[in-house]
Amino acid sequence: MEHFLLQLFIFLAAAAIAVPLAKKCGLGSILGYLLAGIVIGPFGLSLIGDIEEVMHFTEFGVVMMLFLVGLELKPSLLWQLRIPILGMGGTQVVLSSVAIGAVSLSGLPWQQAVAVGLTLSLSSTAIVLQTLRERGIMNTSPGRSIFSVLLFQDLAVIPILAILPLLATAVIDSGPHGSVFFDMSVLPGYLRILVTLLAVSFIFFLGRFASRPIFRTIASTRVHEIFVAAALALVVGISLLMTAVGLSPALGTFLAGVVLAESEYRHELESDIQPFKGLLLGIFFISIGASLNFTLIGDHALLIAALVLGLIGIKWLVLLATGIVFNMPGRERWLFAIALAQGGEFAFVLFQYAKVNGILPNDVVEPLISAVAISMFLTPLLFVLHARLAAGQDGDRQGRAADTIKHQGSKVILAGFGRLGTDLGRFLIASGIRPVILDHDAANVDILRRFGFEVYYGDITRLDLLEAAGAADAALIIITIGDIEKARELVHLVQKHYPHLKIAANASDRPAAYQLMDMGVTTIRRETFGSALSLGQDVLKILGVHPYEAYKLMRIFRKKDEDCMPELYKIHRDDEERYISMYQQHNADLEELMKMDLDADMEEELDKAWSVGRSEE
Amino acid sequence: MKKILIIFAHPAIARSKINVAMRGAVENLDGVTFHDLYAAYPDFLIDVAHEQNLCQAHDGIIFQHPFYWYSAPAIMKEWLDLVLQYGWAYGVKGRALEGKFFLQALTAGGDKDSYRKHGLNTFTIGELTTPYRATANLCRMEWLPPFTVLGMHRGMSEENISGHAQEYRRVITALRDGTLDFQKAKKHEYLNSNLDLAIRNA
Repeated sequence: MEHFLLQLFIFLAAAAIAVPLAKKCGLGSILGYLLAGIVIGPFGLSLIGDIEEVMHFTEFGVVMMLFLVGLELKPSLLWQLRIPILGMGGTQVVLSSVAIGAVSLSGLPWQQAVAVGLTLSLSSTAIVLQTLRERGIMNTSPGRSIFSVLLFQDLAVIPILAILPLLATAVIDSGPHGSVFFDMSVLPGYLRILVTLLAVSFIFFLGRFASRPIFRTIASTRVHEIFVAAALALVVGISLLMTAVGLSPALGTFLAGVVLAESEYRHELESDIQPFKGLLLGIFFISIGASLNFTLIGDHALLIAALVLGLIGIKWLVLLATGIVFNMPGRERWLFAIALAQGGEFAFVLFQYAKVNGILPNDVVEPLISAVAISMFLTPLLFVLHARLAAGQDGDRQGRAADTIKHQGSKVILAGFGRLGTDLGRFLIASGIRPVILDHDAANVDILRRFGFEVYYGDITRLDLLEAAGAADAALIIITIGDIEKARELVHLVQKHYPHLKIAANASDRPAAYQLMDMGVTTIRRETFGSALSLGQDVLKILGVHPYEAYKLMRIFRKKDEDCMPELYKIHRDDEERYISMYQQHNADLEELMKMDLDADMEEELDKAWSVGRSEE
Repeated sequence: MKKILIIFAHPAIARSKINVAMRGAVENLDGVTFHDLYAAYPDFLIDVAHEQNLCQAHDGIIFQHPFYWYSAPAIMKEWLDLVLQYGWAYGVKGRALEGKFFLQALTAGGDKDSYRKHGLNTFTIGELTTPYRATANLCRMEWLPPFTVLGMHRGMSEENISGHAQEYRRVITALRDGTLDFQKAKKHEYLNSNLDLAIRNA
């Protein structure tokens, strides 16, 4: 136990030190993890023992990652991006595999060359997506192309995992936990297929029908950690089931993710699984860094340098060709090619897997893993280089890119979907804006879903849920939470972590509005004010005031009342007596003003100006 | 009997005695639809389809309004902008209003003397209303000289006001019953210059 805790401490502490350092240097968190691994690994301080075991355990992070990828993949989004995903992604993966495989044939048997080609065709989703986000090019057209290719690669992992075992040349004694992904050998053929089909349909059934009542019951307990436990149990359970029937757990959780992508609990699941995935993958990367064999790199410096250059070179050329085939403009093509030219984290998993299953011998895998890791190291540097070159080439590029983002990035988060939020949501949807809607009342979410609203369950004052809802690249958050304390908490959270996010808020009354103004919120509407004035307008009409007059009076009252808000706000806390007297004064002024508007004498005064007989002749 | 649509625009009718009187004189006539734009659309959100249906259900349109800045109150312009669509009111296929009569009924503060070449307003009512005449022309409508009440600023007597209102009623009744002689009416600057000449006895 003590040993385990010590190991855990070393991993966590190394990550906690190395990742912020790496980020400071602009290298991104993954390079930080890798560096941390090198430092604590056998070629650094030799602080950790059984790296293989750790790596094996933390591979589960990849399973979680695929679950999350599935959650992101609503069938409709998949359909929208079908051409770039299938076209560009397919072209890139096939061409890269063929090119790399062909080159590998010079030194390897064909089975191994195919395995190497397939594995190296994948790029690093983690590094590239992170970098795109950091640079704010996620929503530009090259950003979307890059994302599509990564998505295809994420999907391609599944068939690749299925193909790899067919390429095995060496027979490996697979122990009870030797093969994580496939173990179909125990059952007779027909039964195997039957069980597999049953397992897959079970996942569909679970996601489609059973998940909702289960999650709703759990959510209504309002004990958050139980929801986390349920989410983890779901992912782990599906992995176990898949392993038992001899399918890839990654495939199983991916399927579960897709099935749950349209569930109202999607964001909640995402934010619950995210930290576990992050931590597991982080430790996985550390163990990769620790497993880097520097003796080997030192001994075969030339070979590995050649591998790195070859890998990046071939992929870069293939990507450029793909860009040309799909008519990408020149500048986009360069970014596209540079972004995806590295090897990816899947290569670590796949190489590991290939080694364990006797597809690739250790002396092939080791230099390749080193080459992939080095190519990943180089990616952030290539991005920096590309930005420099592009900026030098064209000064106005910056402006045009920003324009695209503005057009694409009108993402809106609507926090709170009660009575006010519902009407607001309907209005926005009718105006062509599809907000991400979040509400913390599971029963409410359920009802609104049945009416066809896209509402997600979750406590919006949690940072991770805010993140899952897309706060990082949203433009605006609308707060329609009746409870002012909760609203303030959310405003505080947003201002602290997403200072770019504009805030529009609803206040239940004047004091609540003042509290929000205290926090610097400027777009505030008092909840009942609008209805009160509309009703007042109706009443005037019924009493025989001309409809246009009633409308004008309503508008004048609203404007004056809103105009005096800042002034009243300024003194509302300092001096209660003065506040009351000023409030009364404003009401008196308002009355005066409206009387004047009703006054008929004005008209005749005005009319006189239109006559006065002749002009000077 | 012809059906007549009165499109009325005054942002504060309560303050206009003449418009109250003219409205009171005609709004209950058989075959007349009195349509107060500011009451129907206080927020200016005009229902174009509804307005077009109204127009097509009548044989002639009267635009009754005060003469603000040599033109109509803002909502009347909005109405013209939105309702008289290309392909509906004008253009090769825009024949929805063809043959219907077009009459402006306007009230102005200035008197007759101010609406002439060397008067305060430099131009005559006939000259100043040419955009409306051109509008009627483009929509293939039959234009009539405007029904004009001038000199409101001098504080018109109740008697005079009710006289104008009765003339207005007479004109509309004649239009409805087909007893107005368009050719004779067009010879005058104002439709109400001399009603006895223009209206046949039924």
